[in-house]
Amino acid sequence: MGVVIKVGMSDLNVLKAPGILTTLGLGSCVGIAIFDKRRKIAGLVHIMLPSSNEIKNNGNKAKFADTGIEVLIEEMIKLGANKRDCIAKIAGGSQMFTFNSNNDILKIGERNVKSAKEKLSQLMIPIVAEDTGGNFGRTIEFNSEDGTLFIKTIGHGVKTI
Amino acid sequence: MSINIDDINSNILDVLKEIGNIGSGNAATALANMISKRVNMDVPQTRLLEFKDVSNLLGGEENPVVGIYFEMKGDVVGNIMFVLDLNSAKNLTEMLYSHDTDSDDLTEMDISALSEIGNIISSSYVNSLSELTGLKIKISVPSLSIDMAGAILSVPAIQFGHIGDHVLFVETKFEEGKREVIGNLFLIPEIQSFTKILNGLGVL
Repeated sequence: MGVVIKVGMSDLNVLKAPGILTTLGLGSCVGIAIFDKRRKIAGLVHIMLPSSNEIKNNGNKAKFADTGIEVLIEEMIKLGANKRDCIAKIAGGSQMFTFNSNNDILKIGERNVKSAKEKLSQLMIPIVAEDTGGNFGRTIEFNSEDGTLFIKTIGHGVKTI
Repeated sequence: MSINIDDINSNILDVLKEIGNIGSGNAATALANMISKRVNMDVPQTRLLEFKDVSNLLGGEENPVVGIYFEMKGDVVGNIMFVLDLNSAKNLTEMLYSHDTDSDDLTEMDISALSEIGNIISSSYVNSLSELTGLKIKISVPSLSIDMAGAILSVPAIQFGHIGDHVLFVETKFEEGKREVIGNLFLIPEIQSFTKILNGLGVL
């Protein structure tokens, strides 16, 4: 057993095993979980928007996929992690509401996922599993002992990736 | 000129409170007409919350809630969202049917009724905003979703995320007999429209 640390909206945290990082009720936001399997160091960031470049007011780094992942890695390295031993799992990015019109705002979940993948690929961190898209919310629990990501939903079951 | 929602001053907030007040009053009247009963209303609270506190609304991130979401078009472009917890949603449908139901689940008919009530309540706010600003605003048909509060509230939070680190919303309590409904209304204009609204209200 260990601590359970809650990661809020546009927030991030890191942890050396044992312990769990959790984020509750992810909708169109995306949770990016990174794990250094050799040193058992885990990091989780809960991003809201795809890119810090699209917005002037971008001081809050954990809010964006690009800067959020960068800062998360930096924080993990401070704890002793090595980027070469890191893998990533991502969850969230759903579309909660549907209209007939072609509204970009509704596709924000999809864009968040795409941007997170681009950033991870740029940093050469492999994505080993994902549970993204759909039209429902997710709660995720990231275990720093083995890097498993447990996902809960309302009406769409539970799974571990 | 660009607006940072984090820097909204008390003058602007006061005007937005007044819109919330008038909008809630209109909504209570519309609701009372619909059910032909007296509906009481508490003074609505207009609040500016940090993202990290948004999830504490509506009983926590994992609590199931009903979100009714609209697009705004016309002089003001953006979205409007009305959110209720399941208990309030149930009370609202019971007010409408004038009887208690045993089941805790929402039926197809309940969901359709909620969409319609959400429509009436949101229109009441939009009308008050329209009257005060002189701007023409239309709202779309509703889209309804029942899911975790965090997931539903992520939608307005993300939209506000483009203009700052806070979310602005109006909380209203309606009462009919012993039934109580707490509704949260998020008005989410796009940034240019937000400027237009504040200009129209004479506070910019």
